[in-house]
Amino acid sequence: MSSVRADADPRSPGAGVAAGPMLAVDDLSVAYAMDRGAVAAVDRVSFDLYPGEFLGIVGESGCGKSTLLFAIAQLLAPPAGITGGSVVFKGASMVGLTDKQLTAVRWRDLSVVMQSAMNALNPVKSIGAQFKDAMRAHGVKSADEIGERSAEVLRMVSIDPVHLKSYPHQLSGGMRQRSMIAMALLFTPDLVIMDEPTSALDVVAQRSLMVQIKELQQQLGFAIIFVTHDMSLVSHFSHRLMVMYAGQVAEWGATRQVFDTPRHPYSIGLMEAFPSIRGERVPLTGIPGRPPDLSGPQEGCWFAPRCPKVMAACTQTEPDLYQVDGVAVRCLLHADRSDHSD
Amino acid sequence: MTDQATGTPDGSGSTPRREDVPSLNGSPPLLTTTGLTRHFHIGGGLSRRTLHAVDDVSLAIGEREIVALAGESGSGKSTIARLLAKVYKPTSGEIYFQGTPLSSIRSRRETLRYTGLVPMVFQDPFSSINPVFRVSHGILRGLKLHRPELSKDQRLQEAARVFETVGLTPAAEVLKRFPHELSGGQRQRVGFAQALALRPKLILADEPVSMLDVSIRIGLLNLMAGLRDAEGVSILYITHDIASARYVADRLIVMYAGHIAESGPVEDVLASPKHPYTQLLLSAVPDPRAPLDVTAETDRGEPPRVVDPAPGCRFRWRCPLAIDTCHQVTPELRDLLPGHGVACHVAQAGADVRAFG
Repeated sequence: MSSVRADADPRSPGAGVAAGPMLAVDDLSVAYAMDRGAVAAVDRVSFDLYPGEFLGIVGESGCGKSTLLFAIAQLLAPPAGITGGSVVFKGASMVGLTDKQLTAVRWRDLSVVMQSAMNALNPVKSIGAQFKDAMRAHGVKSADEIGERSAEVLRMVSIDPVHLKSYPHQLSGGMRQRSMIAMALLFTPDLVIMDEPTSALDVVAQRSLMVQIKELQQQLGFAIIFVTHDMSLVSHFSHRLMVMYAGQVAEWGATRQVFDTPRHPYSIGLMEAFPSIRGERVPLTGIPGRPPDLSGPQEGCWFAPRCPKVMAACTQTEPDLYQVDGVAVRCLLHADRSDHSD
Repeated sequence: MTDQATGTPDGSGSTPRREDVPSLNGSPPLLTTTGLTRHFHIGGGLSRRTLHAVDDVSLAIGEREIVALAGESGSGKSTIARLLAKVYKPTSGEIYFQGTPLSSIRSRRETLRYTGLVPMVFQDPFSSINPVFRVSHGILRGLKLHRPELSKDQRLQEAARVFETVGLTPAAEVLKRFPHELSGGQRQRVGFAQALALRPKLILADEPVSMLDVSIRIGLLNLMAGLRDAEGVSILYITHDIASARYVADRLIVMYAGHIAESGPVEDVLASPKHPYTQLLLSAVPDPRAPLDVTAETDRGEPPRVVDPAPGCRFRWRCPLAIDTCHQVTPELRDLLPGHGVACHVAQAGADVRAFG
């Protein structure tokens, strides 16, 4: 998989690239045990992430993108469980760690910013008290040190430290998301996982938060996995982009390449689902149909029923990930043109 | 009742009409507001604080027209929809529908007629349909209430007809389903079908696509355009997504902190936005086809103060171009070009406003 490094991207990741991947996800599968049988929410996903890199994961509801994040951060709860594959973070396997071992890693090496800050923050505790909890859990005892660091991370996200005394309901939506990000940065982790942190914000707040995340990343050097359903949002910020469909990787490569020449019909459909703010007003079609029911057996390509370029083989042959010009594409259209199949 | 509900296109000529109501393209508008204002008292019983959700809004919606109402959360766009739907009473100002002031509508019969002609479609398709009934329930109930002249068979036929119109096929089968058996996009189509069954003139659609997946949104936007073209319905499309407003709307109204900042034909406003806030809004839209301007000025302003606001432009705290006048006098919406109004002192003084992007 290392052949799909974002070499073509002018905004290359931080200096640590030579050190090898910080996170290696290999053939990871997650299933939900349901009455009607196991539902494969994440199906054999592999990728690696280098220090200082910004990886975007896009797809529509139910494509498995949030489940993938939860599996990486070991946050899955029954009925979901990892059914195969490995997650290696900084050289150590994350799968099968005890709660105690996980606690040591969380916040310090890896933190997660959830979609809804209103639900992720404790409504009856002030922001400062919640920061204190996280720091105490990692053995920081000195009140001065806690106060100083809390104020420092809030200033990093452009919030006045007086808000350490504020409760979540006293902050605007944008400020809540920012304080979640501030909390994620308390220990300057190596990896910050973000699950649609901007989806509750309006465009102006969204844009300003994205720019701020990018600035913080350049300043502090952490890697980001950013999950969103809005492909255009990550277009200017991520180094590499993964498009997921039905729990599988549909397309995966350098962001600019995926945007400029999307190869999977699903990626093309997603790109064309956005009305543009500039240029001609052209009629768009979106992607007809709805995502497949993953509890059934896979016959051929999951996307075939919605695909405008469907061929006879698509309903029988399950497509592999094929390498085309450094981009991995799961589509039979590219089977013969691939450099090598993996 | 039948005549009143159906004879609307030509019935407008006989209704009283005010002189100061703006006209659109020569034909009288379907709905206008003059100085529409809604304040909310906040805090405890003794508190005198007032939140100015909507202040002095005058707008017009024409026949067969999609008007997009855009703005950030808290700008008052949903309050306007609720005022137009008669959920709230205006604090001051008046709404005229086909020339008739809404304050004159008192009787239950008149109210039912109005709410049938101007129905709402809600943002969240998962909570706006009753989950314990089949989807036919809501639509048949609406028909029974608003079109009592129909027999039971006619109601079923009508429900099937509007389901077909909004693309829920086969209608007879979809009508029997429960909401949880439908996808988000299909549920939102049910919302439009329920509105359409009342033979509306104007649908108030409050963020109808913002909860849906990107791949499904376009289908709903196309449906809205189709309803305008084929059924002659006007739509007030409330959104914070400017790109979708451009895709589907004829005119755009940009709101900021309860005031209209700018309004006009959608292409005119987006091609040359005059108000600094419109420019900020446009510069924030992610466009994967455009190269990123990393140096683009980004805004870190605080939300506007709408509790007991002092006179002056409400955008002045975030505006890089604010002059003294902006701190003292509230700008009025004035046409700088035909049909293209801007509420900005700097733009009205003839300056070439370029604040963001």
